[in-house]
Amino acid sequence: MAEIVKRSKPLSVSPLKSSQPLGASLAILGLNRAIPLLHGAQGCTAFAKVFLVRHFREPIPLQTSALDPISSIMGADDNLLAGLRTVCEKHRPAAVGLLTTGLTEAQGTDIQRVLKAFREGYPEFQATRIVPVNTPDFSGSLESGFAATVKAMLAEWVPLTPPNHPGAARHPSLAKEGNLHLPWTSSLAAGESWGGGHPRQINVLCGSSLTPGDLEALRELIERFDLHPVFIPDLADSLDGHLDAEDYQPLTTGGTPLAAFATLGNAAATLVIGASLYPAADLLHERTGTPVHRFPHLFGLDATDRLVMTLAGIAGQAVPARLVRQRAQLQDAMLDTHFLLGRARVAIAAEPDLLHGFSQLLADMGAEIVAAVAPTTAPILAQLPLVQVHIGDLDDLETLAWEREAELIIGNSHALDIAQRLDIPLLRAGYPLHDQFGGYQRAWIGYRGARQALFDLANALLGHAEHAVAPYHSIYSLKADDRREAGHGVAQASADSGWRH
Amino acid sequence: MKTSDIAALKNEPACAHNTQQAKSGCARPTPGAAAGGCAFDGAQIALLPIADVAHIVHGPIACAGNSWDNRGTRSSGPALFKLGMTTDLNEQDVIMGRSEKRLFHGIKQAIDRYSPAAIFVYSTCVTALIGDDLEAICKAAAERWGLPVIPIDSAGFYGSKNLGNRIAGEAMVKYVVGSREPEPPPVDPARPSFKVHDINLIGEYNIAGDLWNTLPLFDELGLRVLCSLSGDARFREIQTMHRAEANMVVCSRAMLNVARKLQERFGAPWFEGSFYGVHDVSAALREFARLLNDADLTRRTEALIAREEAQIQAALAPWRERLQGQRALLYTGGVKSWSIVSALQELGVTVVATGTKKSTEEDKARIRDLMGEEAHLIEEGNPRSLLDLACAYQADILIAGGRNLYTALKARLPFLDVNQEREHGYAGYRGMITLARELTRSLESPIWAAVRRPAPWMPMEATHG
Repeated sequence: MAEIVKRSKPLSVSPLKSSQPLGASLAILGLNRAIPLLHGAQGCTAFAKVFLVRHFREPIPLQTSALDPISSIMGADDNLLAGLRTVCEKHRPAAVGLLTTGLTEAQGTDIQRVLKAFREGYPEFQATRIVPVNTPDFSGSLESGFAATVKAMLAEWVPLTPPNHPGAARHPSLAKEGNLHLPWTSSLAAGESWGGGHPRQINVLCGSSLTPGDLEALRELIERFDLHPVFIPDLADSLDGHLDAEDYQPLTTGGTPLAAFATLGNAAATLVIGASLYPAADLLHERTGTPVHRFPHLFGLDATDRLVMTLAGIAGQAVPARLVRQRAQLQDAMLDTHFLLGRARVAIAAEPDLLHGFSQLLADMGAEIVAAVAPTTAPILAQLPLVQVHIGDLDDLETLAWEREAELIIGNSHALDIAQRLDIPLLRAGYPLHDQFGGYQRAWIGYRGARQALFDLANALLGHAEHAVAPYHSIYSLKADDRREAGHGVAQASADSGWRH
Repeated sequence: MKTSDIAALKNEPACAHNTQQAKSGCARPTPGAAAGGCAFDGAQIALLPIADVAHIVHGPIACAGNSWDNRGTRSSGPALFKLGMTTDLNEQDVIMGRSEKRLFHGIKQAIDRYSPAAIFVYSTCVTALIGDDLEAICKAAAERWGLPVIPIDSAGFYGSKNLGNRIAGEAMVKYVVGSREPEPPPVDPARPSFKVHDINLIGEYNIAGDLWNTLPLFDELGLRVLCSLSGDARFREIQTMHRAEANMVVCSRAMLNVARKLQERFGAPWFEGSFYGVHDVSAALREFARLLNDADLTRRTEALIAREEAQIQAALAPWRERLQGQRALLYTGGVKSWSIVSALQELGVTVVATGTKKSTEEDKARIRDLMGEEAHLIEEGNPRSLLDLACAYQADILIAGGRNLYTALKARLPFLDVNQEREHGYAGYRGMITLARELTRSLESPIWAAVRRPAPWMPMEATHG
């Protein structure tokens, strides 16, 4: 049980937090042919866009209702209607995430009502599914905005009972939007031929702590059991950094197809990865009755073991030899690295779910987490294997890391300056990662992800650890070193480990 | 900020856009089809490079949390400006009216912990909407703690990024400029009668160290840059801007209001210029000499130009051979639309079309002078139309801002970033070498054939780009 230490400073310095609408946008970007629309001033969108573009090194579809002084004061419903119309007209998206910001929440906007007016005024855009989500900037952070949006998607698009259930009533929003194509279900109608009553579909609610690389690893793992995962949302299909045949796309070019939502009730089970998505999983369970398996994270041996056992149980088959081998490799890596990681003093700054994963991985190795900072509070934080969790910023992380003599920092790219000031290595994780390539495709989860994480953590410490006895120069020494070229080899000894540049 | 104040800022008499219907030349954004930042974005961009100031963003997390630490501006000294600071308002602050109190204590926190030269407080949409009295809080804090605390009333919804630049400039003129006298310049014992002139560079942000390419030239000529607003600037430099004998508005029309007000109040003449391209660098130096009306300076300026041009032309010759005949599609704003054209032409690159969204009629005339009457001007460059133009004009490279980086790459088209996120300094004579090197780095890369080639198991099909 961790003690939660609340924010005590009036100013946040070197913020760790990013805003809810940014996290919400990210969730929408995991849908196919989708675009988020932020209801706010242009800057809300511009900043979020630059943030995501620099993280993923990809074009990011994102639009704005572009409030001006008049609409900010007199009401911005017309801006939102115009924005929705333009986006639908220009790009014919499959899905639009209608997300509020601090400005429009402070105004007291009623996006449900505006959406209703839009549906009445523009029946020609019925084919575009729109999910409204309240995501004020002044509460929560990236993770909670992402989670709220996933929950809203399920609330909006998952029918009350499975659509293939005899006499099942269609969910009102689905019935209303009429001509719903279900290529997904038709391909999955194979589900019946997969042994009717024992469908191979697995729903996976993917929390914001999972990178596209994590999702690829997770898909591979699930598919090893001949199960068919449906990821909600699927950033690995949209933001994995792939080159499409088309030269320009104004919408996402991958991600969960909207039709998949109607199939969730057919699945054998739902996995939820990340405690932030537990409320979304509860909702899905209410709607479909599908059994839910909860994983706060998938970092390290224990969590992966539990996932593998769960999958083996659902699939009704033995654990594949390939995974047995990967598990043995992870165990070997634990042996190899425990000399360095045992008692290693680590400072971590991350969103709650990611913080949970890293602290468990490190606790399992005997490392000491001397500083843990999360941008906002979350119910799960109290359960972390830590003494304290500070709700705060990177300035707090720096102070704690300094006072408690941390040897390594885990955090986003903003933490680089701190690592340099403290002269300790940084392992980059979280959002944003803008000063390196490929951060988004890094896989942390599963046996293989954990193994690489242990290697990287240990390697980071290798160059910095000071274990040896300091040289002693005897007053009677006959070495006469100072008669030769002084300083030879000094540069080599103090060379950086390569973690910083 | 009152509506009339916003209107006054948009109505910049020195700006040629003002002759058009839309004040400030910035068309109202279309909801659902808008690109670009807000007034807060613009104000922050304009002032953040002031290195020894604590920049506090008063609002919820989005404004600072999503944007801090993301620009290429450089400092030769303090790094305080790189710390994102925000009141990070929560729901209780907004609903219960605690935000003013949080700001007041936040200012103290910044002073106690970081000993800044001054504090700048930026208002944002939410704090403007709930009616926080920024000016009163800043005044009270300044009196209480004896440090300049400057309000920058820059709510995002006030308007465009460009308007935000002006708000920033206006705040400097109103609260900071003229509050300190510059020290006398040091006397060179070897040349005791050598006359040093004071100048300002307005709208030079020292992206990727641009300023440091030109500063040695000014030093050599005895032109003391009192202040570069705001690249590598210090608060104490801004305070002395009123003493400049001449001002240059560098590559951004956004801060014309500063130059105009300095002229109105303190009589300093100003001109618009650019440090991109050999010709424009020389022209800027000559213009200073002309405005300062110093025969000796003029003579020395001409000597310096002759020497530098000879050097750089020789150094550029091999690059020109490599770049000769390459076709560039240029899409960037305002002054850069012509300034970069001439720089590219000096390198032998053919500019097939250039963006003019932010350009004035005067800019366009200059472009026509450079590119000929058939010059293709791009008014509105959404990614789709840019790619279509690149195809139609057989462009070899897209030169634009970071926003279009992935537009080009996804279309398998070489790209060069000339805006604020870039990593390389292209200003000054020396910057031309860097520009040539970076152009060839992308153009001559061996990857293009590989990324355009379909997989060997695929039937032959048309590729893009």
